[in-house]
Amino acid sequence: MAYMTDRKRATGRGAAGSGTEHFWHMTVTSVALVILTPLFVFVVGPAIGKPYADVALHFANPFNAIVTALMLVVGFNHFRHGAQTAIEDYSDGLTRKALVLATICISYAAMATGLFALARLAL
Amino acid sequence: MIRAAPCDASRIAVQWETSMPDVNRGKRPLSPFMLGPYYRLQITSVSSILTRITGLAMLVAALLIVWWLLAASAGPEAFDRADGVLTSWIIDIVMTLSVLALWYHALAGLRHLYWDTGRGLEVATAERLGIAAMVGSVILTLITILLV
Repeated sequence: MAYMTDRKRATGRGAAGSGTEHFWHMTVTSVALVILTPLFVFVVGPAIGKPYADVALHFANPFNAIVTALMLVVGFNHFRHGAQTAIEDYSDGLTRKALVLATICISYAAMATGLFALARLAL
Repeated sequence: MIRAAPCDASRIAVQWETSMPDVNRGKRPLSPFMLGPYYRLQITSVSSILTRITGLAMLVAALLIVWWLLAASAGPEAFDRADGVLTSWIIDIVMTLSVLALWYHALAGLRHLYWDTGRGLEVATAERLGIAAMVGSVILTLITILLV
């Protein structure tokens, strides 16, 4: 039997083990996305469905490229943390760990792919 | 441990809290065990669940856009393949629903930021804000379809 008490386990950690770090991260990315979302919708939206030359030219524009890059970084980070909360609510044990790991990998892979494509388009 | 000494109840409670091991570790119920049998759906819970569903569902559109960007950076042939998929009617429906999801999630997120300041937590206000997010997202989606 462990001698560590409930109080000792909880002090300074909370259920997540990292205090309010996760919550604060969601707050910061939410505020950023309040600004980025409308910009992204009206910057990238019009380019979808356009011919190749127009799309290439569209992302050569610094403002369009930067908005898209920020949306990729902030959006996928926000997704990673939000999806983690959902996974932790509906699963436990090894399933939970596997799903959280997969979410982190998919998020960073998509983010890196998008940034690479953007750099090749914009430069 | 609790001593059976003649002391007041509050002291027993304090000793219990600070000395008992966490016997329920690993066998707590998983969400959403309350919904259905114990708790009926209402505007606050539905608007909360919708926030989660819309947030997760947007992954599909996000990955499609990343693929479209990668194809565009690879050259005209790859781009034409991705463009053909993204402009197909089925993906058009997916993208339109994703825009609706994006606006709903954004408005619901604003509601959360407002709640985090300690305001708007009265049931009537929370319900009104939930309805506002649903109606607002439909309006913003229509505006997006018209402008984009």
